[in-house]
Amino acid sequence: MNIFVCLKQVPARDSVLRVNSAADWIDAEDLTLEMNEPDSFALEEGLRLKEKHGGEVIAISAGGSRAGSTIREALAKGADRGVLIEDDGYAQADTLSTAKALAAAIKKEPHDLVLTGLQSDDSGFGQTGAILAELLDLPHSSLIMEVSAEGQTLKVKRELEAGWFENIEMPLPALLTIQSGINKVRYATLMGIKRAKKKPFQRYTPEELGVEISVSQRILRLYTPQKSKQTQFLEGSPREQAAQLIDKLRFEARVL
Amino acid sequence: MSVLVITEQQGGVWHNMSWECLAAGQQTAEAMGLPLVAAVVGSDVGGLCTEIAAKAVSEVVAVDDAALGEYTPDGFTAALQQVVEQLSPTLVLFPHTYQVRDFGPKLATRLGRPFLSDAIDIRFEDGELVFVRQLFQGKMNADVTAEGDGPVFASVQSGCFRADHVKAGDAAASIGNVDVSIDASAIREKPLERFKESKGGVDLTQAELIVSVGRGIKDPENIPVAQSLADAFGAELAASRPICDNGWLPLERQVGSSGSQVTPKMYLALGISGAIQHVVGMKGSETIVAINKDEGAPIFEIADYGIVGDLFEVAPALVDALKEG
Repeated sequence: MNIFVCLKQVPARDSVLRVNSAADWIDAEDLTLEMNEPDSFALEEGLRLKEKHGGEVIAISAGGSRAGSTIREALAKGADRGVLIEDDGYAQADTLSTAKALAAAIKKEPHDLVLTGLQSDDSGFGQTGAILAELLDLPHSSLIMEVSAEGQTLKVKRELEAGWFENIEMPLPALLTIQSGINKVRYATLMGIKRAKKKPFQRYTPEELGVEISVSQRILRLYTPQKSKQTQFLEGSPREQAAQLIDKLRFEARVL
Repeated sequence: MSVLVITEQQGGVWHNMSWECLAAGQQTAEAMGLPLVAAVVGSDVGGLCTEIAAKAVSEVVAVDDAALGEYTPDGFTAALQQVVEQLSPTLVLFPHTYQVRDFGPKLATRLGRPFLSDAIDIRFEDGELVFVRQLFQGKMNADVTAEGDGPVFASVQSGCFRADHVKAGDAAASIGNVDVSIDASAIREKPLERFKESKGGVDLTQAELIVSVGRGIKDPENIPVAQSLADAFGAELAASRPICDNGWLPLERQVGSSGSQVTPKMYLALGISGAIQHVVGMKGSETIVAINKDEGAPIFEIADYGIVGDLFEVAPALVDALKEG
């Protein structure tokens, strides 16, 4: 089974974010970047399917020059090959441009299964999977909590709302958007990190794939959200803060 | 030229976000000076159409086909592609449900358009539609517009428009049909059974007091810190998704878009940053308390009381304060 896993590199979760001077994105230069956490579940699922069915896991990303480290991390965890469509414009690109680049690179090779994570921690569109399925003309499903393959048939468990689930069958090749928490992700071993350095890593420019980065959703202004409530911040030592809070909950909010 | 709202139903039962989306559609259509069309998609949807025709809408359209009885991305994309092509709306508005996440971007892509997902507000300014989206897990907001010509596709987040703000119509709106042709054999996704996994008997939606724990707890060995605080309050213990994903607490204790949606008298968020997926599950709580080491955490945007500090110091201090009475 040839499995492509789509990965995105995003600012680390605990980053302190500052709006850039154009007020249309953040200043990311000084930030630590890491693999988008929801994508790590997709990678893990890809590796498990390969271990069961054989084949290859190809880690693919569209990103800036620093995104290579996220591909390397995937290789260290067990992916067989890496593909990066490299352009600094992808850090801020909307999903349509990103998906077009990924689709162009995936189309170059046989693919049985394409996996994406639920959504990115930066833009949070949650659309790359559904768009890629359309561009690659693949059946798809999202929010997947279980995957099993038998011959050319894929059976998946899709999460619905309010605690419900649904089983769905579809033919391979297919695309799945994996729900976070489907599995327990592995760490890279020291041996894995060493091996990763020798694994094939293909880099493309958008021009080589015949795609361009265009804006379909324009950010007019990025800003820190205004508070919808006036928060009363309680000051002092933890002991003083605790005493004030209990007092407020009892006599002001009257919830205790 | 119209605003087209795509409602959602399952087996003849409305998805409650359909009404929120209709409220958003009514407000936006009014601001744009355009007629509002509401579409009901499925099989045998006549009764639902009558219900929605009583609201303030210009027209209701039934998108009725046996192949739409059960949701599939292929079937719904094919049907709604034809609906949009026939009605040529200016704006197509969806509720941001799990189902819409599944096919909405695919539909927009097929029609060569972007999909502005999960909007928390919509404004019409200087002839331009502006959507407010949350980025970076709720730490930033962005005003966003769609580029290019053609219908604008967007979805609205749960809880941002109020279902009880839907206006009733003066007279029943006309109900029409959009004839769609769907080749059932071309639908590649085959839905099998729907099921609910057994729960352990915790019903967070009934709890009056909730202490909820997030990533700030750092390690499964620290869960008792949160449990002790919940016990001291006489509260149910809940958690954000990552805690349940890691198996530190069972899934039934999860609050958020994929877990329980709760509205207790008090919701105390312990080490929870306040990502969108969590906040939609608890923002309706009467009183919200947030304890977090990061004063920039989005949870403080909706908190009534905030303590910026180390939860490992604050939680035991709270337990002591409660014991002292």
